[in-house]
Amino acid sequence: MGKKNTALTFFKELPQNIFSGFVVSLVALPLALGLAIASEAPPLAGIIAAVVGGIVVAIFGGSHITISGPGNGLVIVLLAAITSLGGGDLYQGYLFTLAAIILSGGLLFLFGSLRLGAMSEFFPASALQGMLAAIGVGILAKQFHVMLGLTSVSGDTIGQLMQIPDSLLLFLGFRPFAGIIGVISLFFLFFYSKIRNPYFHLIPAPMWVVVGSIGIGYYYQLVLKEVVPIPPELLIKIPAKIISSLPRPNFEKLLDLDFLGVVVSITLIAVIESLLSIKAVDKLDLKKRRSNVNKDLRALGLASIVSGFLGGLNVVTVIARSSVNANNGGTNRSANFFHAIFLVLFVVLLGDQIQRIPLTALAAILVFTGYKLASPENLVRIYKIGPEQALIFIITLVTTLFTSLVTGIVAGILSTFITHLFLRKSLYLFSLNVFKPNVLMYREERTGNYYVSVKNFCSFLNFYRLKLKLDQIPESEHAIVDFSLCDFVDHTVMEGLYDYQRSFDRKNGLFETIGLDIHAAQTQHPFAVRKSLPINMLMGLKNSLTNRQKNLSDLAKQLSWEYLPKINSNPKGIKGFLFFESKVVNYSVNTLVHEKQKFRVFDLSYSEGAFITKEDLKGTFLLFKSPVALPVFVLDKEDFKTALYQWAGFNDINFKKHPDFSKRFHLSGNDHVEIKALFNSDLIYFFESHPIFHIESNGKQLLIKGNDRLSGLQEIKIMVTFAKDLVNLLKKQK
Amino acid sequence: MAFNSFKKLLFGFAFSPSLRANVFEVTRLASFFNAELIFVHVGEKTTEKETQFEALLEKCPLKPNDISVFWKEGEPIKTLANSCEEFGVDLLLLGALKRENVVKYYLGSIARKLTREAPCSVLLMLKPSIERIPCKHIVVNGFDSPQTQETVEAAFSVGCALSSEKITLVEEISESRVAVSVDDDRSLRKATLRKEKIDREEKIRVTDIIKKIPLAKTKGLKWGTQSIFGSRGYSIGHYARVVRADLLIMNAQEKPRFYHRFFPKDLEHILAELPTDVLIIQSKNNG
Repeated sequence: MGKKNTALTFFKELPQNIFSGFVVSLVALPLALGLAIASEAPPLAGIIAAVVGGIVVAIFGGSHITISGPGNGLVIVLLAAITSLGGGDLYQGYLFTLAAIILSGGLLFLFGSLRLGAMSEFFPASALQGMLAAIGVGILAKQFHVMLGLTSVSGDTIGQLMQIPDSLLLFLGFRPFAGIIGVISLFFLFFYSKIRNPYFHLIPAPMWVVVGSIGIGYYYQLVLKEVVPIPPELLIKIPAKIISSLPRPNFEKLLDLDFLGVVVSITLIAVIESLLSIKAVDKLDLKKRRSNVNKDLRALGLASIVSGFLGGLNVVTVIARSSVNANNGGTNRSANFFHAIFLVLFVVLLGDQIQRIPLTALAAILVFTGYKLASPENLVRIYKIGPEQALIFIITLVTTLFTSLVTGIVAGILSTFITHLFLRKSLYLFSLNVFKPNVLMYREERTGNYYVSVKNFCSFLNFYRLKLKLDQIPESEHAIVDFSLCDFVDHTVMEGLYDYQRSFDRKNGLFETIGLDIHAAQTQHPFAVRKSLPINMLMGLKNSLTNRQKNLSDLAKQLSWEYLPKINSNPKGIKGFLFFESKVVNYSVNTLVHEKQKFRVFDLSYSEGAFITKEDLKGTFLLFKSPVALPVFVLDKEDFKTALYQWAGFNDINFKKHPDFSKRFHLSGNDHVEIKALFNSDLIYFFESHPIFHIESNGKQLLIKGNDRLSGLQEIKIMVTFAKDLVNLLKKQK
Repeated sequence: MAFNSFKKLLFGFAFSPSLRANVFEVTRLASFFNAELIFVHVGEKTTEKETQFEALLEKCPLKPNDISVFWKEGEPIKTLANSCEEFGVDLLLLGALKRENVVKYYLGSIARKLTREAPCSVLLMLKPSIERIPCKHIVVNGFDSPQTQETVEAAFSVGCALSSEKITLVEEISESRVAVSVDDDRSLRKATLRKEKIDREEKIRVTDIIKKIPLAKTKGLKWGTQSIFGSRGYSIGHYARVVRADLLIMNAQEKPRFYHRFFPKDLEHILAELPTDVLIIQSKNNG
């Protein structure tokens, strides 16, 4: 691809990136305000971080669809810094913290320059999860009281947690109105993903909370002509003159040990959060690109420095906002840039409205965030990988809660290492081999496959060596990782390998792991090896058939198809469809197959978005082979959402001769000529006269999606008939 | 300089449980090479030991024509190294030890030092056996060094003598030669292309080495090449283990320096963890 071509694509995709940046800014606004307030910094500090992050990282960054701004993980560190460094004076503490942020930005830049992006691999997966959970508990413990309208609760995290029942009893008598807004907001956030209305979902949940609570304020003021029953200290305050009131970072404590500790913690969390996010977001990229992690770290460091000087929090890559970007069609860094621009517009144009946002509503968003970080599901998931992993998780969580983040993660690393010693019962293996090279990779001359052999042991301590080699294999190739010479493989590695497998899958490569099964039989120790592929845990859970499954089984008999109730963690054949590009497929279940005609109906569990914007979805799909070769296209109902997409630059193919079809259907694809040739009058009449489904072609196969939920028996029957008729029609056309 | 096949072999023996296997193995080797075999014992000479050893030699099924036994006293490393020079030996044979309970072999401290100091080529034997285990697959280093030509010739000559089936030349290429660090898709593409180019260059170089070897030696032996991007000295050992090679043939390293013990270079990786039988060719160019 030449330079000219790249520029052309950039401009062509600009409208959809502006659109995506807009949607992201809707999530970013409440989060930026909330995260700043939760760290006891001025509300604008969050916005400044998001704006600076958006602009600087968009220009200098090395990733594609990530969004940067103030991060969840940092709330706890920043809060501790602001409250402790100032010695009680919050504003003074904030100025000291700004200096720490600037220094940590410098460190981050250094990290990127020294290419230490791989450093995050030194943290065991379960310990990281424990640390994130501790951050979640910390946010939740503090913000729960604020959500109820009680700002006076103080103390450490444990103390705050203990006071939650008291606050619940107390708040109705104290500031009921603000508290009720908070509680309703929280319930709304929990049930948002249950409401499957596409129009409703155009605005992200946090924005609904903000808009709703501002609306209530206006209702009181304009309709009831009353004063809003929310005390002013529970509303956001923004200084009138933003530019002149910029704070000056205070570098006086430069050599203070506490101060340096803060710098280290901020940097540590910033690196971890950013790297985890970048890794996760790369899997949502429609264009399947690989991010330049070190370049991104440099940009984030630079952004943190600028943000710190302007009075903002530090800048990290954030997962929830990035996933919103992926879902709304962001294709390059300009989306990050536009999200920043829209934030500036919001603050400049809607300053008055922002000052009407009740803190309780923002606190509800943070409580939800904290809950998602500390969700008990995480512990259950980790326990299923292995009880010792749950132990590591809990040790890290508890240590972090009682001491500090850095102590917590150190405890996590130590406990992981001790667990490994205990499991392997050999200090010798680890101590003697930790610094030695243990990975061999070569391209087999005969087959052209990449062969990777790992020796001795492979755990979080030396996973970076394996990663270094694996990163050099293009994901479209065939890679074989052989562990038969390796005595020990830990959970962190298994999870990392699963990530690789997914990236290879996305680019139609093949990533195989061999040698572990033999190995298990030989030494009987390798723990959780098979379990740590998360989906497989679901296997064998269901023993008896539900009513729907019985009906499906009957339907299969009636059609003389075959019915398979089993869960399949790696459903085949759905990779090539655009629909799944920005989604993660979890598993398929309840498959109805017709071998001869190549029909397959199945329920699919997939997820969209990540973290607080993550939605787990289920749907019934029908996949079948087309009797003729087809162009790649997507056909869907034309509605408000697709109309908006069209406005944002996604193309819709219309037919002058068939105004009704053009109005009701949204047809897209790259090869307009081929598609127009395929959609002749007969086919168009067929679609017009049948129920509307989401239909996709990948060239060879057609995928029909039912509703945004599992389909009932009747609906499946309609789908099958529809597909059969379509096959007949296509055959006739041939 | 062309490689002359081994004419004089020396084996330093001690009365250990593996003596019988060792003696069987070295006599067999010497007869395959059609070479003279010298046994040297460092330590006290007793008649009991002498008769025991004589009896052992008697039982060997395959023996070279010329066997001599010497009994010497003194410090083992020096004595053996001196004997090598004294007799004009061109191959020193050493037995490796097996780590208890683990399938890993290592060199005893004497053998290790001897390997570094020996004036001639050295063969480290991992599992000497009473019955013959055929040497099917030989892996030999092919990296860019003046010694390599001779080492590769030695590999073919040994391969012929032991009637091996296959020889693989491994070119270890330092990652620094690629000079592109992989960060994203673009640098990955660039790095992959560069690697392919280097790979082709290396193949041509290695094929040239083989072309220089007299046809009589290469005939009847299958050979292939394999390039590996990785740390030099390490990858080839790991590779030999992965492909279950029976013999690994390496260049002797240029005069070892003290700091190599701490920053293992080339051979040191292999000596630390013997992947298979290792033959180290001391080039005549290498003073």
